[in-house]
Amino acid sequence: MKASRREFLKLAGVSALFGLGANAAFELLTPGALEASSEVAHGAAHGEAAAGVQAATRWAMVIDVRKCILQEDCQDCVLACNSTHNIPTVGNPKEEIKWIWKDTFEHLFPDQHSQYVDEGLEGKAFPVMCNHCDNPPCVRVCPTKATFRRPDGIVMMDMHRCIGCRFCMAACPYGARSFNWRDPRKYFEGKEAMLNPEQPTRTKGVVEKCTFCPERLAKGLEPACVEACKKRKSDCLIFGNLNDPESEVRKILRKRTSIRRKPELGTKPSVFFLV
Amino acid sequence: MIERALKGNEKYWGWVGLLLLLIGVGFACYIYQLYTGLGITGMSRDISWGVYIAQFTYLVGVAASAVMLVIPKYLHNYKKYTNVVIFGEFLAIAAVTMCLLFIIVDIGQPARVLNVLLHPTPNSILFWDMIVLNGYLIINVIVGWNTLLADKKDVPAPGWVKPFIYLSIPWAVSIHTVTAFLYAGLPGRHMWLTAIMAPRFLASAFASGPSLLILLLLLVKSVSKFDPGKEAIQSIAKTVCYAMIINVFFLCMEFFTAFYSNIPSHMHSLQYLFAGLHGHDRLVPWMWTSAFLAVVGIFIMLVPALRKQTGYLAVGCASIFLSTWIDKGVGLVIGGFIPNPFETVTEYYPTFPEIAISIAIWAIGALILTILYKIAISVREEQVETDVI
Repeated sequence: MKASRREFLKLAGVSALFGLGANAAFELLTPGALEASSEVAHGAAHGEAAAGVQAATRWAMVIDVRKCILQEDCQDCVLACNSTHNIPTVGNPKEEIKWIWKDTFEHLFPDQHSQYVDEGLEGKAFPVMCNHCDNPPCVRVCPTKATFRRPDGIVMMDMHRCIGCRFCMAACPYGARSFNWRDPRKYFEGKEAMLNPEQPTRTKGVVEKCTFCPERLAKGLEPACVEACKKRKSDCLIFGNLNDPESEVRKILRKRTSIRRKPELGTKPSVFFLV
Repeated sequence: MIERALKGNEKYWGWVGLLLLLIGVGFACYIYQLYTGLGITGMSRDISWGVYIAQFTYLVGVAASAVMLVIPKYLHNYKKYTNVVIFGEFLAIAAVTMCLLFIIVDIGQPARVLNVLLHPTPNSILFWDMIVLNGYLIINVIVGWNTLLADKKDVPAPGWVKPFIYLSIPWAVSIHTVTAFLYAGLPGRHMWLTAIMAPRFLASAFASGPSLLILLLLLVKSVSKFDPGKEAIQSIAKTVCYAMIINVFFLCMEFFTAFYSNIPSHMHSLQYLFAGLHGHDRLVPWMWTSAFLAVVGIFIMLVPALRKQTGYLAVGCASIFLSTWIDKGVGLVIGGFIPNPFETVTEYYPTFPEIAISIAIWAIGALILTILYKIAISVREEQVETDVI
């Protein structure tokens, strides 16, 4: 058979379509198989704990609100995070990048606000961050697995994979995600000395959020915000392993009353507030 | 075939020139956006989707509406639609293309968009939206082009096209259902978290798309020798009427559930849209305009004496088109983000470049539509001439 130019182009077009679709087909028919075979390293990083097996570690944060509201003007945890993670000071609240920040009880718990019970808390600000949910809606909606849940419970971001569709921002019921509306490096121009060389800066057009400092955890250190709080001897932030019954977080959760943000949504946050 | 789009009078070229100008302005703004980032838009941390995604959502509906002609024509052999169904399919092609472009311009890292294929994620609704939208585009290109080719040669469309025509029917429903699921499955966005989101999307789609199609057909009739036929247009108008009534009915159901249950979080977005919240009321005049136009449109389409007059019909269709555009292309997406997760209100104003980029995409859609309609009209005009002979 003599293939005409037209036939050749047809065939080439169809082959190209199949080529693009093959990866998707693989993923649908045998989820994860492709990743396991060809992307061992990345697959492990993006992997999840095997079903039914409880991971040894489940990181969680406990925020002692009663202690924290005594330190009204303290921003130590926020500043420590910002300088550790090269988070720019944007200025415009519409374009702010926030990993950890302080907000009032009424804003953080809009449905639990009671005008009689919360008198001591009213108008008082305390820190808040990504909840690192057990059941994170942001991970569910991400079309590229750029945000994913690690076996230790940390909801992580792959800033090189993120396409910037901001579906995760619409899905997060906690307003914990920030988008780089402009080049974040621009805000450090002339202030390069402020940058932490051990941590990356980001590019415009990607989403970011609190990561519980996995790079510090790997070295046996606590997250930067916790360290800053301890340095001040305020001890409002307690970080630890929920799956260890003897950990500090478990001990204090046993002793004190804690609440989580919007528990009715079934996301199971791992950030607890002692009230 | 394509050469037919290259012959036209001064008006035709003037129109094409205007569209190219608008596309040029928008393209320049897009280059600026690509260079600076999405910060040039009015979007923010709280309103993280704006005009782009709202237009995308609206146009998915316009695209899906072609099925309102395909079902009567191909499932019920309704002959009056024989000559107009192609215009519905071509409208779908233009609308889906606009949808895809609106997604591209909304993405922060457009160069990475193929990550959606490289790392397919079936649990993401966006992944499925990508599949159904591209599929719908391909189906309509196959069906539209081949039926027109057959028309030109005055032979029936080849048999292998038929399965694609039948496939296009559930597929049209799927594109708008999946698009509704983008919103309806998100916890914590109370206005979107409603089981009738997909039905409401379909109802508004079957009102907005066919009303635009009627306006286009009236335009086609006035600028060419091809007459789509009074009966065909009246039938489409009845579809518009029913669909719009159902759409308004669904909206009323949303109001009932929110306000009778009296759950604050369920009422907030609707309060913001129709009355203002915490002193913020930017969209209130828009939403009441939408409501007013819906009533006017339904009234005209419902009364046969009015609907049958071309002038009134055009006003009725324009009212419904604008009403649904405000409802879905402005209110639904913006309103869903208000109040934000902290129950405070950040308002949203699109910027000039953002509007210019949006207009450019509408202009690209209009250009595609102009070219496709020009080809279809010239084929139809030839048929008219041969019939006379």
